[in-house]
Amino acid sequence: MTRGPGRWAVLSAFTVLAVVMLLPFVIVALNAVKSPAEYSSGGPLSLPHGLYLDGIVQFWQRVNFGQKLLNSLMISAAVAVLATLLSVLNAYALGIGRVRGRLWILVLFLLANTLPQEALVYPLYYIAKQVGLYDSRLAVVIIFTVIQAAFGTYLLSAVLGDFPKAIMEAAAIDGASRWRILWRVVVPISRPTLTVLMIFFFIWTWNEFFLPLVFLISNDTQTVPVALGVLQGDKMMDATMSSASSLLGIIPAVAFFLIFQRTLTRGVTVGAVK
Amino acid sequence: MNRSARRGYWLYLIPGAVLFLAVVIVPFLMNVAVSFTRWSGFGTPRWIGLANYERLLSDETFWASFRHNVALIVAMAIVPTLIGLVLAAALFDYIGKKFGARTASALRAAYYLPQVLPVAVAGVVWGWMLHPQYGALNEMLKAVGLGSLAENWLGDPDLALATVMAIMVWFQLGYPVVIFMAGLQRIDPALYEAAEIDGANWWRRFWHITVPQIRPETFVVLLTCTIAALKVFGPIFVLTRGGPGRSTIVPSYFSYLNFFEKANAGYGAAIATVLALIIVVITFLFLRVQERDT
Repeated sequence: MTRGPGRWAVLSAFTVLAVVMLLPFVIVALNAVKSPAEYSSGGPLSLPHGLYLDGIVQFWQRVNFGQKLLNSLMISAAVAVLATLLSVLNAYALGIGRVRGRLWILVLFLLANTLPQEALVYPLYYIAKQVGLYDSRLAVVIIFTVIQAAFGTYLLSAVLGDFPKAIMEAAAIDGASRWRILWRVVVPISRPTLTVLMIFFFIWTWNEFFLPLVFLISNDTQTVPVALGVLQGDKMMDATMSSASSLLGIIPAVAFFLIFQRTLTRGVTVGAVK
Repeated sequence: MNRSARRGYWLYLIPGAVLFLAVVIVPFLMNVAVSFTRWSGFGTPRWIGLANYERLLSDETFWASFRHNVALIVAMAIVPTLIGLVLAAALFDYIGKKFGARTASALRAAYYLPQVLPVAVAGVVWGWMLHPQYGALNEMLKAVGLGSLAENWLGDPDLALATVMAIMVWFQLGYPVVIFMAGLQRIDPALYEAAEIDGANWWRRFWHITVPQIRPETFVVLLTCTIAALKVFGPIFVLTRGGPGRSTIVPSYFSYLNFFEKANAGYGAAIATVLALIIVVITFLFLRVQERDT
């Protein structure tokens, strides 16, 4: 085993890699607060002389970023709640009720989750136009509720499959109806899992690009990733405004990561074992 | 529970079943049906049987898109898994032991951070970094005296795919590291201790303990990343729109083009159906191999 200088060499190699991984974040942050003049004289590596926030403010106003944030928040929150609800109902029947054919139903749900969205998009687009839901946030909410719930059902059915029978029987003897047992017994006891699921659905929906790009075409309905993605390569953007737009895309994602860090790392690994 | 008690649980599946039918099953079947037609998206689709699929077979763009998909599987699944295995094992079995768990988890967090970004936003960040006129990367190269290496990274047809691959390695790397590090925690430390006493060096422990013990996680990471690579759309849309020429086109973007820009819904549907089929087959094969393995 290496001792002394050897281990510091290993640590520096790992640190260098960490710096490389974080470099884009640092460079974006540095340049988002520079003025265009500063950028052209000092280049992307110079330290900013102070906080120049005009680039960020200009970009914010130009794309009405507040509205995009609100759209993303509303869509993701609605999907998180509705998809969790739908997963609970499905998993109650499959995991606890053990209805017949549940294995096939689960396989079907899992299949739907791995299906590429490209294979659904055109009919969905067509149907949405027919029923007047095209370019509405509601259409995106409905679609993602179902897609996320497909995974949620799969995961939650496994969790509820191990639900302690004694508690259920005790509640049934006390005369509680099945509906009451679901809300008064099963949901409260599974709350930790449901919270993880909800956070997952929120972040996954926030990160989605393909379907929102197709469905949300007007400025008032677009989400953050769609608004940024569509503007990419716009001739009107200079270096500082481009980095400002990158920064505005990064900040919410990093904020969610910091807020939900524990849940996420725990959840990522739970997902891997299932 | 007796049978009549069980029967009532069906009721709880109704909302899910109705929505699932409307959002997944029916659209998917419609997509398959559309793939047998010529249809601009308006008017009546015209049934043309397998003609779209025949056309696919001789369409050079379609084949190019799948070759690029293979390249992206290398960049998004294989390379991150290989590097991730070494990184996770070294963080767990070397850095963590020599420098403390905090150092190891700080490094892990640094590698994981790109993963928290929406993939389209990651594309936006790199699109700016690699911009030929004002991008940070070329400026950095000039600043350290390597200006001759400056390139139009995404605008050169010979370079664009390699550039996209490099970005995807950056984006994906953290995922296997986190999963593998978690997986390593369930391995009995006594295995490592015994190997160490027997004089096994780090590489031997890596090959004979870490790699075999962490097989289940490796399977899951390879499967999920391969599927992600087959579905990849956001980075391509944001970075290159499949170009220059068709040097970075992928099936998902190719079907999008046919659906929404070329008014060629039938052909787009055929591409999407083939892609769906490939993903289902790969998932099935992976699960079979995994089942036999464990």
